[in-house]
Amino acid sequence: MHDITVVDLSRWQFALTALYHFLFVPLTLGLSFMLAAMETVYVTTGKQIYKDIVQFWGKLFLINFALGVATGLTMEFEFGTNWSFYSSFVGDIFGAPLAIEGLMAFFLEATFIGMMAFGWERMRRGQHLAVTYMVAFGSNLSALWILIANSFMQTPQGAHFNPVTMRMELGSLSQLIFSHDAQAKFVHTSIAGYVTGAIFVAGISAWYMLRNRHMELAKRSFRMAVLFGVLSTAGVITLGDALGFVGGQAQPTKLAAMEGLWKSEAAPMPFNLVAFPSQQDQVNHGQLQVPYALSLLVTHSLDGTVPGVDQLEQQAAARIRNGIPAVEALQTLSSKPGDADALAQFHAHEKDLGYGFLVQRYAQDVSKATDAQIGTAARDTIPQVAPIFWSFRAMVAMGLAMLAYFVLAVIFSLRNRIERQRWFLKLAVWMIPVPFLACETGWLVAELGRQPWTVYELLPTWMSASTHSVGYMIFSLVGFVGLYTVFIIAEMYLMVRAIRQGPQPHDDDAGWDGDPVLGNSASGGRLAGQAEG
Amino acid sequence: MEIYGVFQVIWWLLLGVLLSGLAVMVGMDMGVGTILRYVGRTDLERRVALNIIGPHWEGNQVWFVLGGGAVFAAFPLIYATAFSGFYVVMLLLLWSMILRPLGFEYRSKLPSAAWRSTWDWALFVSGLVPMVVFGAAFGNLFEGVPFHFSWNITSTYTGSFLALLNPFAILCGLLSASLSVFMGSVTVMNGAEGAIYERGRTLARASSVLAMVLFAVGGFWVRGMQGYVLSSGPGAGVPQTPLQQVVTLTDGAWFANFHAHGALWLLPLLAFAGMLLGLWAAAARRSHLAWWSGALAWIGVIGTAGVALFPFLLPSSSVPSQSLTVWNSSSSQLTLTWMVGFAVVFVPLILWYTSWAFYVMRGKVKAEHVAADEHSY
Ligand code: HDD
Ligand code: HEM
Ligand code: HEM
Repeated sequence: MHDITVVDLSRWQFALTALYHFLFVPLTLGLSFMLAAMETVYVTTGKQIYKDIVQFWGKLFLINFALGVATGLTMEFEFGTNWSFYSSFVGDIFGAPLAIEGLMAFFLEATFIGMMAFGWERMRRGQHLAVTYMVAFGSNLSALWILIANSFMQTPQGAHFNPVTMRMELGSLSQLIFSHDAQAKFVHTSIAGYVTGAIFVAGISAWYMLRNRHMELAKRSFRMAVLFGVLSTAGVITLGDALGFVGGQAQPTKLAAMEGLWKSEAAPMPFNLVAFPSQQDQVNHGQLQVPYALSLLVTHSLDGTVPGVDQLEQQAAARIRNGIPAVEALQTLSSKPGDADALAQFHAHEKDLGYGFLVQRYAQDVSKATDAQIGTAARDTIPQVAPIFWSFRAMVAMGLAMLAYFVLAVIFSLRNRIERQRWFLKLAVWMIPVPFLACETGWLVAELGRQPWTVYELLPTWMSASTHSVGYMIFSLVGFVGLYTVFIIAEMYLMVRAIRQGPQPHDDDAGWDGDPVLGNSASGGRLAGQAEG
Repeated sequence: MEIYGVFQVIWWLLLGVLLSGLAVMVGMDMGVGTILRYVGRTDLERRVALNIIGPHWEGNQVWFVLGGGAVFAAFPLIYATAFSGFYVVMLLLLWSMILRPLGFEYRSKLPSAAWRSTWDWALFVSGLVPMVVFGAAFGNLFEGVPFHFSWNITSTYTGSFLALLNPFAILCGLLSASLSVFMGSVTVMNGAEGAIYERGRTLARASSVLAMVLFAVGGFWVRGMQGYVLSSGPGAGVPQTPLQQVVTLTDGAWFANFHAHGALWLLPLLAFAGMLLGLWAAAARRSHLAWWSGALAWIGVIGTAGVALFPFLLPSSSVPSQSLTVWNSSSSQLTLTWMVGFAVVFVPLILWYTSWAFYVMRGKVKAEHVAADEHSY
């Protein structure tokens, strides 16, 4: 039997470590392609300045990458260490994309990143460029496979429960891979990474321009970044809409939470621009509405409707009742494999098995579940509305703000006026954290909105966790928090230091506009380092 | 045998390939981390040692990531039961391991001696601890691990964390660490010159002798142990849960497979031959030969352990009949088939571009070059 405190602590640990991993991933996704683009310019024009640009941003890329890898290792472990029932229950399906990710993406990315960093003098220009592209493809492929895995949890397809082995099994790999949710998610998420890369490069370039340092590098980087950024942001928003469309159909409970939709209404439905949802009373305390907008946004038509919480809870209660006999049948089958009656009963109720598990949290013996217990379990199917509602609005607001910013930036940059708009350059620096926040809030919507399931409508979160003691969970949680705090301090320190130092000056670069004092102290630092030991 | 059974055996073999890849490739980098403070007396010497594996450690580490992913995909019940059962040990492994990317990437980015020395210790820990845990995990397989399943195959581990660090497990951990130190030492010999090379050579000789002794002692130890025997159950190629078999314990049963198939003795022989040849080659300054001998020794050691346990993967000491075997913990036939397909396409491709990467970066790492190159660690 699961201790719910352990489940909650496992959720906190997973959420913290995943959110932390995703602080580094978007920059890897975006910057790797920007490096490839910059290096393409270098290889085609042969100008030293572009090589300096690539090497400078490459240095920042590597500082970020180290933490992406370190925290990714945690993720790979955590399914087994903390979600062991989940892992054995869906490992037949879920393990496959993770293993393919290793074979197809991580090896590519990781093998070539060493070549990218160390191979400048060992390869021809074209070869090095190809290596940089491999790193970019590798990191984006890794996003593809992990998001296919995640989409299985959001909108499971291509799998079925096998009562002989007591777990989910793969039915069709192509259905798993070509899920609409996976496609929409992949494009939205990887392009969110490009937005992040663009804002990062533009922001740091703006910082140099404000200080009149490395002007050549900063202006060129800025222009490339904002062109890349404006396209990406437009893409993220379009695809975010598509993702909402796909997800809304497949996960009505998440959609209701995103929109703060307690009561089902007739078309055309209004959109809650602002609302203060109360989970307890199932109402919004105060709301600001835009008429017709919800029908338009989520069904792309004026006469479309989506169910509210009231209707969803009723459906859930009915499905729980229907799922209970499925769980009972499995209990029989566990001790008497192949029992014909139990098998027949199982198949008759199979589609609501997950709902049967849901009530087992309150009634170990599901056949004795009371109406009150079924009601509580049905209520559980509605995720926490307020944080989802607000995270979603925060993400969308940040997305629109970034679009406006990039449009202005492109105009200034193309008119060659950018260094005179000091207020805008300052704004650009302050924009750096925004895409990171948007990514994190996006994941909060996606993952909080999936609750109470780890695999939507199939496996409840409460069952998925490992059966640890509270003490073990506190031990690991404290360990992660401590270690990760040290890590982020080290990373930020190195990152800021590398940015302050700026690009390394080159002897063969007569027209270098770098800061001679800082430039010298940078290489002086390296020499000083060698003398020690 | 059912075709499903054939795929189960293929995946058991592939698991051996992956574990060997992990041990050889990640093991050598970890070995370099372990011996870093010994082979490098000055900061520049340490940087030379680090830059030997600098371009490759990241790619090598993916053997570890892939190992985890492949166990997840092919033997999900093993992944779930072992990772959660060994919770504290797994966290120690993980926490020491995630120091490595930062150690490599961040160490030489600041001139401060204290900063660098801290990361040198971090690299030592992240080299030694994971290799000891890796070996100790194998050791525990021979002793059995206390876990059992409920009706719906929720696993529960009932032992304490300290039980996993029993004497036999520690012996196996030391064996694994000494092989890793051997591989690290010959890797340093491959890439360095002068004093660093000589220190690497000293360690290579010592660690190969130690590994031989530990492997021999381990063999005798296992002879005296009770081994597990699958006396009845659905068997190979039949979909099943771990609740349907009967397992008994018998003295010396871990040698049963060797007695049944004499050719299997070639595996422990390979292990000893690899270590012996490695010792000779290191002494004779033929470091590349020593590296390949070390790799063969690893294959021999892992093969020996795998064959001795077969068909068991994770024996249960508290409820032996719920032990996990190749037959009751693997994925479905469809998943195994697809994954064989992906492995057949991608593993050769990976080997190809990995070799290219090693080829491009071949040769000795020169101290002057490390000092002058802004891209080096
Ligand atoms: C720069 C980052 C960024 C920006 C500007 C946006 N998003 Fe986003 N969004 C993400 C970064 C992100 C993300 C981190 O990548 C998520 C988390 C899970 C996922 O698939 O992508 C996400 C999730 C996510 C989800 C939940 C998907 C699910 O539940 O599986 C929806 C519906 C949207 N987004 C929709 C939008 C809309 C309509 C936007 C309009 C402005 C938008 N996003 C901007
Ligand atoms: C890196 C980006 C991701 C972030 C930031 C993220 C965030 C979160 C958060 C906030 C939770 C907590 C939800 C809750 O318990 O209420 C969670 C849970 C979880 N997520 Fe994600 N997630 C990410 C990607 C993924 C992916 C790609 C997968 C699967 C491949 C995944 C699998 C899980 C699992 C198994 C849980 C635990 C069970 C649960 O609480 O739902 N996550 N994640
Ligand atoms: C929760 C599920 C996740 C798991 C198990 C996981 C696993 C990993 C692992 C093991 C690594 C290190 C690989 C190496 O050694 O080179 C890694 C890095 C990486 N992961 Fe994740 N990851 C998860 C979530 C995500 C998500 C949601 C994305 C993207 C959408 C992502 C994208 C990446 C990328 C691009 C890297 C490359 C290195 C870097 O982050 O800087 N991961 N991940």
